Amino acid sequence: MIKTTAQKIYVALIFIFLYAPIFTLMVLSFNASKTRSKWGGFTIKWYKQLFQNEEIMEALWNTLLIAFLSALIATIIGTITCLAFNYLKKSNRAILLGMANIPMLNAEIVTGISLMLLFISLGIKFGFMTILLAHITFNIPYVILSVLPRMKQLNPSTYEAALDLGCNQWQAFFKVTFPDLLPGILSGFLMAFTMSLDDFVITHFTKGPGIDTLSTKIYTEVKKGIKPEMYSLSTIIFVAVLVLLLLVNYTPKDKKNK
Amino acid sequence: MNKKLLSAPFLFWSGLFIIVPLLMVFYYGLTDKTGAFTFENIAAISSPEHLKALWEAVKLSVLSTIICLILAYPLAMILCKSGSNKTSFMVLIFILPMWMNFLLRTFAWLTLLEKTGVINTLLKLVGLPTLNIINTPGAIVLGMVYNFLPFMVLPIYNVLIKIDKNVINAARDLGANPFQTFMKITLPLSVPGIISGITMVFVPALTTFIISTILGGSKILLIGNVIEQEFTQTGNWHLGSGLSIVLMMFIIFNMVISAVTDKDGEAQAL
Amino acid sequence: MKKMRKLIGALLCGIVATALFTGCGSKGGENGVVYVYNWGEYIDPETIEMFEKETGIKVEYEEYETNEIMYPKVAAGTSNYDLLCPSDYMITKLMENDMLAELNYDNIPNAKANIGAQYFEQAAAFDPGNKYCVPYCWGTVGILYNKTMVDGPITSWDVLWDEKYKDNILMQDSVRDAFMVALKRNGYSMNSLNTAELEQAKNDLIAQKPLVQAYVVDQVRDKMIAGEAAIGVIYSGEAIYTQRENADLEYIVPEEGSNVWIDGWVIPKNAENKENAEKFINFMCRPDIALMNFDYITYSTPNDAARALIEDEEIRNSEIAFPDLSKYNNMEVFIYLGEDGDELYNNLWKEVKSN
Repeated sequence: MIKTTAQKIYVALIFIFLYAPIFTLMVLSFNASKTRSKWGGFTIKWYKQLFQNEEIMEALWNTLLIAFLSALIATIIGTITCLAFNYLKKSNRAILLGMANIPMLNAEIVTGISLMLLFISLGIKFGFMTILLAHITFNIPYVILSVLPRMKQLNPSTYEAALDLGCNQWQAFFKVTFPDLLPGILSGFLMAFTMSLDDFVITHFTKGPGIDTLSTKIYTEVKKGIKPEMYSLSTIIFVAVLVLLLLVNYTPKDKKNK
Repeated sequence: MNKKLLSAPFLFWSGLFIIVPLLMVFYYGLTDKTGAFTFENIAAISSPEHLKALWEAVKLSVLSTIICLILAYPLAMILCKSGSNKTSFMVLIFILPMWMNFLLRTFAWLTLLEKTGVINTLLKLVGLPTLNIINTPGAIVLGMVYNFLPFMVLPIYNVLIKIDKNVINAARDLGANPFQTFMKITLPLSVPGIISGITMVFVPALTTFIISTILGGSKILLIGNVIEQEFTQTGNWHLGSGLSIVLMMFIIFNMVISAVTDKDGEAQAL
Repeated sequence: MKKMRKLIGALLCGIVATALFTGCGSKGGENGVVYVYNWGEYIDPETIEMFEKETGIKVEYEEYETNEIMYPKVAAGTSNYDLLCPSDYMITKLMENDMLAELNYDNIPNAKANIGAQYFEQAAAFDPGNKYCVPYCWGTVGILYNKTMVDGPITSWDVLWDEKYKDNILMQDSVRDAFMVALKRNGYSMNSLNTAELEQAKNDLIAQKPLVQAYVVDQVRDKMIAGEAAIGVIYSGEAIYTQRENADLEYIVPEEGSNVWIDGWVIPKNAENKENAEKFINFMCRPDIALMNFDYITYSTPNDAARALIEDEEIRNSEIAFPDLSKYNNMEVFIYLGEDGDELYNNLWKEVKSN
């Protein structure tokens, strides 16, 4: 009994540690005073102003668009790479995995710098495109690493059986292999989406004039004082994700399983 | 034959966007402004200010890795023990903060820790002495632990949850006490997770420049700050690349260790 | 599995919803765009909106923290900014590296009409013939202090080395400004290239470091308002703004002398929308717009016509907003010190910061 209480307290303490800053941001989003050190009364004006703030809205749109596109393209490239995996020689597999591991294990700052040097030497203009290319690059490994375990579990005979039963290669793939891989693909996509959403360092080095993601926008604001609208935006995002997770975890169907 | 070609897009992509850029870092790192070959940029790490920045970064990142490990291990064990349905939710709760922008979360700590910040205001209200941690190495370590703790919890959790309960029960049946069971069974079996966690915390902590800027008041220069400044302020890409190469040595060293101890890639987090 | 699908479905809905909200991030105005790269908090955002409405040119606005951060981005040549607002010595650096385009004053009639001749004269020191730069703001660097937190009025840079204010001092996180303070305090020129003087300045800055709460740039403002620190090194333009928010604050230029600076609009050579950039400069030189900017950022405007429009007499003749430079001793303008000079300063600054 004492033990479980201690455990509960421990989890609670960590929980407070993780959520104290988030709670602070939420409170600040309702603070009427613009300076964060004073409580100027309760207000929801920042929420109203948020939707009129074109700059933040554009940054939000850029962030989501880049996250979505980079996750999507990374998912496609990553998944077809995994399809090839079982047919490769062992040494080639190692090379492939090694390549996939580089951006994951390398320092973000080095990845960012190296891509910046590449884009400069290729003479590509910095902007949306360079950020997107960079995000796809660091997203592919996450997809590969979440699809590959599924791929290894795959029973190749089901695919062959489908072929024997008259499916062509495409049909066999979409009717047999793809559904088996789908959970891995989806979690890879989500992972990539999240990573892209939260990235700052690589975007910092590959972005060009006139384009901001939320991260780079916040970075400039951190330096000169954060606009309260930013607090309200992150509160909205946070609550939205929280609600989403609650819905997904506690839908009626799941209750039956319990 | 046909199927092997499916890996072509990835190989092409990685070649162009991973390998070539890294080669460019090496090219810049090994040449000077005139394009002549030199080791100077790499040797520059031995100058006192760079050595100090590297040492500071190693010190703080090792410290925060250790703290993360100490905090995360019991946490992962507790999460494992609680029922399976609840667990997935609990794990999500620990990933959830990641959806709030990492810069904002770090910035929030500034608001909490400042001299006139939330924590000190509360302490003053109850008449306790105030906390003076902002702009010190302590604040940076706190920021690192806060940001990277989930990266330690998840891989350890992933290994622990896979341990066959029968093995533990067998050990208990054979007369081992809980402590012995832990030392002889659980801990050795979770080593891959620990190693993976250490890599996932140590590398970003070693190379960060954001956390030290926001929570350290730019008073403490880490190697990441030096590299960032070489690129964004002083404009000496050769020196910045040279120092990046040194940084990569550390990372490669780390990769080798984790590759040796985690051959099957079992502990791949997340 | 089902969960995943739902999650991704919801994600997509979210994206579509934001797309609707943000109007799909419309890019480009009917009359093109102009990429402006300016200091942080250095313009009234409303003036940008007005410019967009009046001219149909979309402004892509971005901010930098110091001259030193701005330069490499422009020099890399991959980011085609159309308009920059660097300080004097940085303008020289850009000129010497052949990175600026000559202005066509026919497109900027408001500049010569409204901006005081003496400011053009001042600018001619680093931009002979005023070919490249239209002054935007000017001012001094000094000490902002909180009257309730220090004893007696402050007159000298020495206070930044006073043990009493340990952890209560904010220094500028910018190489030239930091060295300016140390050099001036010892009575040297802030453009010194003398190794002994610089060595001394470096050692002073290292000795000062334990007393410094943080090295910041734009944050000095918020931190001083909040009472986080007692003393901060700051640009004169922030003084009026901060006093407005916190009446306990006082700004002074130390008696040992300080920096007088001018920030001006310049157009980089690789600008793709030079004419739009000139329209932007012209718009910013309009008296009513310059006045709006002055009210918002409170930096001294060289726009005499705008100054005449200031209603509050106290501010119009304010010694802080429009100082009479002849009253101060040893005021200097930063000079570009060449690549070797830059490197020397940068290395010394790195030694300070890493110590």
